Amino acid sequence: MSSDDPFIIAGTTMASRLFVGSARYPNQQVMLDAMAAANPCMVTMSIRRISLEGYAESLVDLLGDRYPILPNTAGCVTARDAVLTAELAREALNTNWIKLELIGDRELLYPDVEQLVHAADELVRKGFVVLPYCNDDPVTCRKLADVGCSAVMPLGSLIGSGRGVANPGGIELICARSPVPVVLDAGIGTASDAALAMELGCDAVMVDTAIAKSHDPVRMAGGMKAAVEAGRLARLAGRIPKRNMAEPSSPQLGLVGT
Amino acid sequence: MTRLTVNGVAEEVAATTVAQLLAARGIDPAARFLAVALNGAVVRRTSWDETALNSGDAVEIVRPLQGG
Repeated sequence: MSSDDPFIIAGTTMASRLFVGSARYPNQQVMLDAMAAANPCMVTMSIRRISLEGYAESLVDLLGDRYPILPNTAGCVTARDAVLTAELAREALNTNWIKLELIGDRELLYPDVEQLVHAADELVRKGFVVLPYCNDDPVTCRKLADVGCSAVMPLGSLIGSGRGVANPGGIELICARSPVPVVLDAGIGTASDAALAMELGCDAVMVDTAIAKSHDPVRMAGGMKAAVEAGRLARLAGRIPKRNMAEPSSPQLGLVGT
Repeated sequence: MTRLTVNGVAEEVAATTVAQLLAARGIDPAARFLAVALNGAVVRRTSWDETALNSGDAVEIVRPLQGG
């Protein structure tokens, strides 16, 4: 990433503008190769009960030396469980960063805003760097920033749906008004979705399923990396306004036959 | 015997400390990236040896896994 356009969260300069999840890959080697192609600034992981039969090789051994790990609270439905999961993640991974997820509906995986703001507030007070997965709603994002979240992660569309940025106007408003970085989370289906998110003003994009479940995850990872960079460049450059009528790009003067 | 709920499953164990419980599970206490909670509060790794388990306690033993 260019040094004149740094992406900073909580005082930390990130290595790229792409967060990548570690779930749903066909196998571990494909995941590692996809990560290498994506160059993620952070890799997300969940915190789960160990199997009572014993302790297997950890995914962190494979990823932890190469990428900062961002643990999540995926699946938690109460602030209490999410806070405990964050505290367990801090102990297990020795990081105070947490991707806070509080699910209000198990089928839609839609955030429970009330619980989310409450848990975010508590975790910030406990010294966490909180990155909440949240609604594409400027008011929710502002409340999360107000309680001290270090970034907000509004959903593009439902988790795993691949429906892209369902509410581009809302995302654009959030980006224009947010005092903290905006990371578009959830719903990315293909590279153009990631580019659009960046063009709307997002500081970064989070992708998991769109890479992991694509036909060729390594190639898609490279596509996402390129899309995020392309979208960022376009955002910085400033797009032309949309027009209703044509405007010729070749000069009118000296046209043959006039 | 101590009656515990370990990762959501009720059982009786001989272990009387967190460290003993882990050992009885075949979990190397030196293994990295483990975390333990007792009755909803994290037990720091440095306290596993001296943290006693009592009947009725709920223990969570977790580690990072794949996630989005």
